[in-house]
Order: sequence, then C-alpha cells, then structure tokens
Amino acid sequence: MAAVDDLQFEEFGDAATSPAANPGATTIHIEGPSESPTHQPGLPRGSGGEEDDELLGNDDSDKTELLAGQKKSSPFWTFEYYQTFFDVDTYQVFDRIKGSLLPIPGKNFVRLYIRSNPDLYGPFWICATLVFAIAISGNLSNFLIHLGEKTYHYVPEFRKVSIAATIIYAYAWLVPLALWGFLMWRNSKVMNIVSYSFLEIVCVYGYSLFIYIPTAVLWVIPQKAVRWILVMIALGISGSVLAMTFWPAVREDNRRIALATIVTIVLLHTLLSVGCLFSFLFFGVWFFRPWHLLQESRMTKPAGKLMGWHHPLASKRGHTEV
Amino acid sequence: MAKAAESSGDPGTTTPRPLMRDLKAVGKKFMHVLYPRKSNTLLRDWDLWGPLILCVTLALMLQRSSVDSEKDGGPQFAEVFVIVWFGAVTITLNSKLLGGNISFFQSLCVLGYCILPLTVAMLVCRLVLLAEPGPVNFMVRLFVVIVMFAWSIVASTAFLADSQPPNRKALAIYPVFLFYFVISWMILTFTPQ
Repeated sequence: MAAVDDLQFEEFGDAATSPAANPGATTIHIEGPSESPTHQPGLPRGSGGEEDDELLGNDDSDKTELLAGQKKSSPFWTFEYYQTFFDVDTYQVFDRIKGSLLPIPGKNFVRLYIRSNPDLYGPFWICATLVFAIAISGNLSNFLIHLGEKTYHYVPEFRKVSIAATIIYAYAWLVPLALWGFLMWRNSKVMNIVSYSFLEIVCVYGYSLFIYIPTAVLWVIPQKAVRWILVMIALGISGSVLAMTFWPAVREDNRRIALATIVTIVLLHTLLSVGCLFSFLFFGVWFFRPWHLLQESRMTKPAGKLMGWHHPLASKRGHTEV
Repeated sequence: MAKAAESSGDPGTTTPRPLMRDLKAVGKKFMHVLYPRKSNTLLRDWDLWGPLILCVTLALMLQRSSVDSEKDGGPQFAEVFVIVWFGAVTITLNSKLLGGNISFFQSLCVLGYCILPLTVAMLVCRLVLLAEPGPVNFMVRLFVVIVMFAWSIVASTAFLADSQPPNRKALAIYPVFLFYFVISWMILTFTPQ
C-alpha cells in the first residue's frame, strides 16, 4: 500500500503492480527533500539535516516541529495514521537499541535518537521478545536442573506465558501513560522547557527494556549470585537511561517533586526487574510430582509465594532459590 | 479463492473437478515451500486451505491428552490454533505498517505454508519419541527441529523479502524469525504423556 504522506520517499507504486515487475520505478518518483531508496542510509529521514545538533542534544528546530505536525495529519481511523508510527529503518532501530544499552550522561535518549520520530515497532517487538525470552529460558533452566531425574516430567508451562505477557505489556504502556499524565499536570503548574509526547515516553520505556532480553537468557546459569548480579546490571543500565531522560523534564520543578519523580521511576523499574526474575523462576515451578504431593502443596501455597517453596529434591542438588 | 475466480470464465478447456484442482494447487504450493526459489506462485494464487490443513495437523499433534488437564502442561488444540493465526496476523500487520507491498491474505498464505517444514519436524519427533528416551533421542529431535526451523525461515524469506522496502527488510523478517522460533520450541519440548 503506498503512503500518501509526501515525506515517504520510498514509493513502490500501486498495490496492483507486482513487486518484481518494476524495481526501478521508485527512483522516478520525485519528492521534495527526499532521496532515492538506493541512497546510503547515512542521512536521517524525516527530520531534515540535524546532524550538527546531535552531540549537543539541542531542542528541536522549527523544521522538525513542522514536520512532526505534518506527519500526524491523517485521521486516526485510516491505516496511514498508524503507519506513521512505524516509520523507522533498520539502522534507526539498531541505533536506538544501542543508545538504550549505553547510557552516557548528558546525552538524552529522546533528543538524540528519537528526535520527533517515535516508533511503536521497537517497544512492541522488544516486549514480545522479552516475554518469550523469559518463558523459554525459564523453562530451559528448570529443565536443565532436573536433567536426568527419573521422576521429573517436563512440561512446558504454556498458560504462564500469557500472564508474563500481560505484566510486561501493562508495564510498558500503563507506566508511560501515568508518567505522561503526571508530567502534563506538572507542566501546567511549572513551565518546563522540555516536554515529551506520550509516544516518546512509550518509546523510551520500550527500548530501555531491551537489556532484559540478554539478561533473561543469561539467567539460565543456575547460580543465585550470578542472577542477582545480572539483575543489578540490567537495572543499573536501563534505570540510568530512564533517569537521564526524565531528569531534564522535571529539573525546573520543585526540588522535592523532581527527586520524588525520578525515585518513583527507578523504583517501578526495580519492581519490574525483580518481577521478571520471579516470573523466570515461576516457569517450571509446577512440574510433575506424585499426585499426593501436588495436592498437598497446592493447598499450602498460592502461586506468588516463591520464597516459601520447597523443592522436594532440593537437598540433593544445588537448587536455585531466590 | 483466486484460482476459482480465474477458471470460472473459461469454457473452452476441460476443467477437472474443483476439488482436484484445489488439491493440486495446494500440493504445488507445498512443493514450492519444500524447494524455495524466488517465485511468485505463492503470492499470486494465494489460498488458505494449505495453512488450515497444516495448522490443524500441527495442533492435533501438539495437544496434550485431556486426562491430565490438572497438570499445567502443553498447549491445547485451540491454543496452538490461536497462536499460529494470531502470530501470522500480527506479522502481517507489522509488515504492512512498515510499508510492505503485500496484501493481507497473501502474507497469511505464505506464513501458513512455510509451517510445512515444522509440521514435518513434528511428525518426525513423534516417531522418534516412540523409541526409548535418552540424550540421543533428544539430540536427534534437536537436530531435526533446527534444520526444519532454518528451512522455514529461508522459505518464508524467499517469498516475503521482495515485498518489503529495502531499508526495512530486517525489521520485517525478525517477527517471522520469532514466530517460527516459538513454534519450534513448542515442537521440541513436546513430550507425550
């Protein structure tokens, strides 16, 4: 489907023409400031030439404000409106992921990487990957612990994936919503220079969750200390990305409120990390045991109390407990 | 379906019964998936019968027996069904939102047909599981699943890659990778009761 927005320089003609028939037709189309699709991907698209602002992280020039206003011009019930949220190239997504992994003090993630082009691709697929990473590696670690035991029967916990998915997606959408509402409210009281749109906040939160994917994979290592160190590292990196992003937005405000906001953000993020670790351990809690043991433990413990769980074979192996 | 519309206005030739024709079309597409080359057959004459057959087969083989519904185990028939179709729809929406040049049903068709190698892997795994369990058993299944997973990815990439904008091919292919990876995981970890 061809986008009608004139900032889209990649044109493939009508939907009726087959893709193989006219690969060269895209270069014929003449747009304003755009280049042909065969241009090297060095220049940023859609935000004009702002490479010189990059290191300073200045505020947006008038041009990008204008472009940002132009981008969202389609009414919300059309498909094109939603396409504007997926207007990123591969290298841009990689840059944003890299930016979330390397928080450098002074470089604001939103200003530097998002630059008025927030996307929903990153947050959505990073959350999806995180859910499956936790589910699969949780299952795997439990399987590896009980490798070789005759009484152990492997079951892939399927229903828990949906619980983990709900938690992670809720975090990635509701917390930005609350934060955005809070910032808007403070903005009405105190004039802040820097303000973020809702999608930019969603974007930051989504990309900051990327670090948890390799962390979840590494959690397969059955040492308790290693797991907690990994949580600390992941929390440190993504927490600092968030803190450095939102500090400029609350800096102008009352000192105590600014600090309280940052502390709340970090605290919620801590809750999420610990929650991820617990749900990782949750996968594989209910494995096959003799029926009577299953019945009796079911009566004594709800699903949330992992700390009190006793593995019947714990004495034999270095079992992982939190 | 595309083929039915084509040949309905074709009085001159002797047409075989519609069922045979459709089965032949499905079979031809299976061949295209097994030997992937860049061709437009899957895209032009899309149909959803093949994906439906494959999905039902996979779901039947993956479901746990109803006796042990107490132990939270493998997926039920409906769960596999939902995962496959929901996953395929999500990937299709994603590729269209990124600016892909493929229609909704064409994409569903390709993704559905490219589950064929994984269905074959499921059959092989079930046969292998009839033998005695052990590490060798697991290694064989792991090898088969990995090979079939790679085959699915290569087949779907061969068909889908051309329809994406050149700067975004990786962004459109990654969800396909995730989708087949999850299905491969479900196949690999399947244990009969």
